[in-house]
Amino acid sequence: MSSFWSLWITILTLVVIAGCFILLKLVSKNTTGVEEGKSMGHSFDGIEEINNPLPKWWSYMFYVTIVFGVVYLALYPGLGNFQGLLGWTSSNQSIRNLEESKLAVETAAKEGRWVQYDQEVKSADEKFGPIFKAYAETPLEELVNNEEALKVGGRLFLQNCAQCHGSDARGSTGFPNLTDGDWLYGGELETIKASIMNGRHGMMPPKGGLPIEDSEIKGLTEYVLKLSGRDHDEALAAQGQGSFMKGCFACHGMDGTGNKMMGAPNLTNNIWLYGGSRGAIEHTLMQGRSGVMPAWKDMLGEEKVHVISAYVYSLSNK
Amino acid sequence: MKFNHEIVEKNIGLLGIFTVLAISVGGLVQITPLLFQKDTTEPVDGLRPYTALELEGRDIYIREGCYNCHSQMIRPLRAETERYGHYSVAGESVWDHPFQWGSKRTGPDLARVGGRYSDKWHEVHLIDPRAVVPQSNMPGFPWLAENTLDGKYTQKKMTVLNNMHPGEYKGNNLYTQEELEGAQKAVEGKTEMQALIAYLQSLGHALK
Repeated sequence: MSSFWSLWITILTLVVIAGCFILLKLVSKNTTGVEEGKSMGHSFDGIEEINNPLPKWWSYMFYVTIVFGVVYLALYPGLGNFQGLLGWTSSNQSIRNLEESKLAVETAAKEGRWVQYDQEVKSADEKFGPIFKAYAETPLEELVNNEEALKVGGRLFLQNCAQCHGSDARGSTGFPNLTDGDWLYGGELETIKASIMNGRHGMMPPKGGLPIEDSEIKGLTEYVLKLSGRDHDEALAAQGQGSFMKGCFACHGMDGTGNKMMGAPNLTNNIWLYGGSRGAIEHTLMQGRSGVMPAWKDMLGEEKVHVISAYVYSLSNK
Repeated sequence: MKFNHEIVEKNIGLLGIFTVLAISVGGLVQITPLLFQKDTTEPVDGLRPYTALELEGRDIYIREGCYNCHSQMIRPLRAETERYGHYSVAGESVWDHPFQWGSKRTGPDLARVGGRYSDKWHEVHLIDPRAVVPQSNMPGFPWLAENTLDGKYTQKKMTVLNNMHPGEYKGNNLYTQEELEGAQKAVEGKTEMQALIAYLQSLGHALK
């Protein structure tokens, strides 16, 4: 803050407080020439004005607030650039990017100023930091056997992941079920962690981006149903197989069992992310699908993702 | 001069002046300096202006009264920053008129909701929140998916912002002439849903 505005705030504040004090002093004095409790000598409609002083409790309370105000302004930052005798502040000011924010925390600690928010974070880090650090240093293979860690992971899951995957982790249409052992990108511990850290972006274009006519969709749908061993129209499915061979196999595999490298779903296990009705499958074929798993690296940090990965793994590997 | 109440009580003009002085002193001390401070008038490093579609989405956010339940102001409290990310700073909303900080926290804070969920999740959730979060008490907004934008006033809105903040985006105006001319085209035919989601996904980009 420039010194002009600092002075502006300081002077106005102190002048007003002093003014209140003087005003209170002045009006507390009896300058009317009439004894307290006696008539001021005029009445209106039979109502007479009596010279009554300010109630004592009220004027004392006023003095108390003035004293409180002065003490507060001496201890805490309030008067322009004056930092206050306690060196206390609620959070760091003048932050323009995250680096500056980190720097401000260090500077305040070096200068011995008490930044309430930084202290709060620091004491929490001292308490929880070692726990997460220990988890982070434990290989995932071991962590999945740590009941405590799984509980922590469960809490983090409920807070950050349940919005899409559900509080029971069974997902819903368009949001994968994490308990069924079926994985688009692979269910190994490290793969799960990579999915959470960096996110995933599904990429099924309309009709697979292939030269498939609208008229072929019906057959293709029957063929997809056939792959899962469901009721289907054999003749149409045979046509559909021809369409499938136009290129669907490139991602979903010749046998339709998918490709985890690309996140192409297995079409033979009767698990349907976007619904397995004829209508839903047709819609998927016509419009394509492009599910997005956000990247949590920056939002949660690797230590927390590590614990969540173990929890997610445990959901389908009991 | 002898101080006398009578002077003030019997002179309405003087009483008026004193009254105005008394009630404006708080504002003079607490508000005026903020209008001249870097912290509150200059954008943070990462801030970029809303795109045309995001700007329209922002107006839908206001129209539907989202601010009645959602704040966009992460306080410097660990309980909040753990959940939402770095606390909000004034430089993130210098181009917001009016800013959407809010104060009623029925739903989660949205100041950094951008990138947290996929577009698809927002769509499903806005149409029927209970489809993805069964415990939610947020109302559904299914009409957003049906209403389309005509973009009639988009350019005007952007021009107004340009006029309010000349040369504030890295030394340039918030929107180039090209962006202004393409504004209507950029939003025309898009659904209100798309606009709102674009806006939500942009939230918090400036300090990440």
